[in-house]
Amino acid sequence: MEFEPVLLRHIAVPGIQNLEVYQAHGGYNALHQALELSPEQVVQMVKESGLRGRGGAGFPTGIKWGFLPKDHPGPIYLCVNADESEPGTFCNRVLMEGDPHQVLEGTIISAYAIRARVAYIYLRYEYGKSYRVLQRAIDELYKNGFLGRNILGKAGFDLDIYIHRGAGAYICGEETGLIESLEGKRAWPRIKPPFPAVQGLFQKPTIVNNVETLACVKHIVERGPTWFRSMGVPPDPNNPRDLGSFGPKLYCLSGHVNQPGCYELPLGIPARELIEKYGGGVWQGRRAKAIIPGGLSMGFMTAEELDTPLDFNGPMRVGCLGLGTAAVIVIDDRTSMVDVLYNSCRFFAHESCGQCTPCREGTAWMAKILARIRRGQGYLDDLDILLEIANGIGIIPGTTICGLADGAAWPVKTAITKFRAEFEEYIRNSRSRQASILAPLTTH
Amino acid sequence: MPILTETMRQEIEAYTQRYATRQAALLPALHLIQRHFHCVPLAAIEELADFLGLHPAQVHDTLSFYGFFRDEKHPLGRHRVWVCRSLPCMLRGGEQLLEDLCHHLGIQPGQTTSDGSITLEFAECLGACELAPCILINDECHGPLDSDTARNLIEKLRQQGAEHGI
Repeated sequence: MEFEPVLLRHIAVPGIQNLEVYQAHGGYNALHQALELSPEQVVQMVKESGLRGRGGAGFPTGIKWGFLPKDHPGPIYLCVNADESEPGTFCNRVLMEGDPHQVLEGTIISAYAIRARVAYIYLRYEYGKSYRVLQRAIDELYKNGFLGRNILGKAGFDLDIYIHRGAGAYICGEETGLIESLEGKRAWPRIKPPFPAVQGLFQKPTIVNNVETLACVKHIVERGPTWFRSMGVPPDPNNPRDLGSFGPKLYCLSGHVNQPGCYELPLGIPARELIEKYGGGVWQGRRAKAIIPGGLSMGFMTAEELDTPLDFNGPMRVGCLGLGTAAVIVIDDRTSMVDVLYNSCRFFAHESCGQCTPCREGTAWMAKILARIRRGQGYLDDLDILLEIANGIGIIPGTTICGLADGAAWPVKTAITKFRAEFEEYIRNSRSRQASILAPLTTH
Repeated sequence: MPILTETMRQEIEAYTQRYATRQAALLPALHLIQRHFHCVPLAAIEELADFLGLHPAQVHDTLSFYGFFRDEKHPLGRHRVWVCRSLPCMLRGGEQLLEDLCHHLGIQPGQTTSDGSITLEFAECLGACELAPCILINDECHGPLDSDTARNLIEKLRQQGAEHGI
């Protein structure tokens, strides 16, 4: 059965960024439907749909909303996480630039459901076009009674949406880092608990949701939780912690493929099918040596693991950190994994916020060791030192506040365990090359 | 003579209305100041702190965390060009592109050409990986680019004396 796109369905419609055109294609029907329901009913629908956050962690959205204190006098805040900065990920940008009203409709419905009266879209500064397109759409909504006071005549439903532009820091995508940044501080993630749902922005209950997650909410309200659950992968009966992977997902495909791009498919498509059928295969007739299943921080899969389904559970079965943002980066067989891993380590060393010592020092030293290996001055022991550092930093070993260090560690762990022979060969060859260069200069 | 004009103060005041604290208007205000001066001058930090009810050190603490802001010793040129060096771009020649542009402009990442037209920067993932290798000129993304096309784009920018785009 051919999959019919949900989130990208209207992306190519000319003028869909305009309210009028968006409405002519059924836009804001879901909002009307939601306003017929109580906020609790909308939360219930999202819970039943099994929707899990699309930003990387895959936490169930309905359960997150359920953490808000009952009968809180307010204010309650909604933050839209549009700080998309995981290397390889660009699907939020595609949604915001291409179909901004879909994102805003999901935002308004979600704000209604959680009783938020202010929503902030935390948008990375680099997304200039997204900013202009979204701001224009927000202005249209104010003019037409979709934002402001007593929205669409619903007494007491007030909402303001503001875009808050970031200033170039990966860590602002972590939800408490985002909150700190919104408050005008350095984006140092907070120790949890308290979780944002209890004490978040300005110390008030706050929900932080990803752009794509909110866009899904619109469709769940419109077509129902059962429809949403008809797509994707049910929970693995052998894994009591797997909550299933339902709904459509925007897969970003980049690197060495013939047709890089953003493809919408039901959760659980095998990596091979995504690359071969949608990405047109590996470029220049080559083979894949490795792929990253969901943004740089998830680690590497080998060519032998390409049949792994890309649902929330699949990449974990082959040692990756998870599905992440479902941004698949393909690496061909002529690329050096030493170069790839150096690039990864340099990124995380640059983006570590510096708050927790294991992450600040660990990411910096991993990058320095990889740089030394690349200069031809590596030792075979370096590989074990890298693994020791990688195993010691992050939330999973319990040494840092946020997951950035886990994200930095996973590429190192998976690269060195899965491609150890290549690293060893690189170190041996470069050492022997160097020895022959240095030989005439040494006297003993 | 204050460095922040009355118009700027009004705009910043309007930002503060969006948030529960005045400090939350800091990032929008810093963007506004940098757009105006091509950097965040020390005097502006002091005046902004005073205006938002903060200590100058608090303003500096925030602005120094974000790679985006420049102090008065390192002002931006008329255009800021970011070249992505993260993995999806690297796999398609991003590092080479950055090196070629450094060579062409005769500057290192972070520096500004002597005519004050271009500030070149490396960027971590610009979120346009389907366009790899890509560059961001002010806040418009361009890609995929080879070195020749990128050089031509930048030379065109240098010719036009246009105002700062950021």
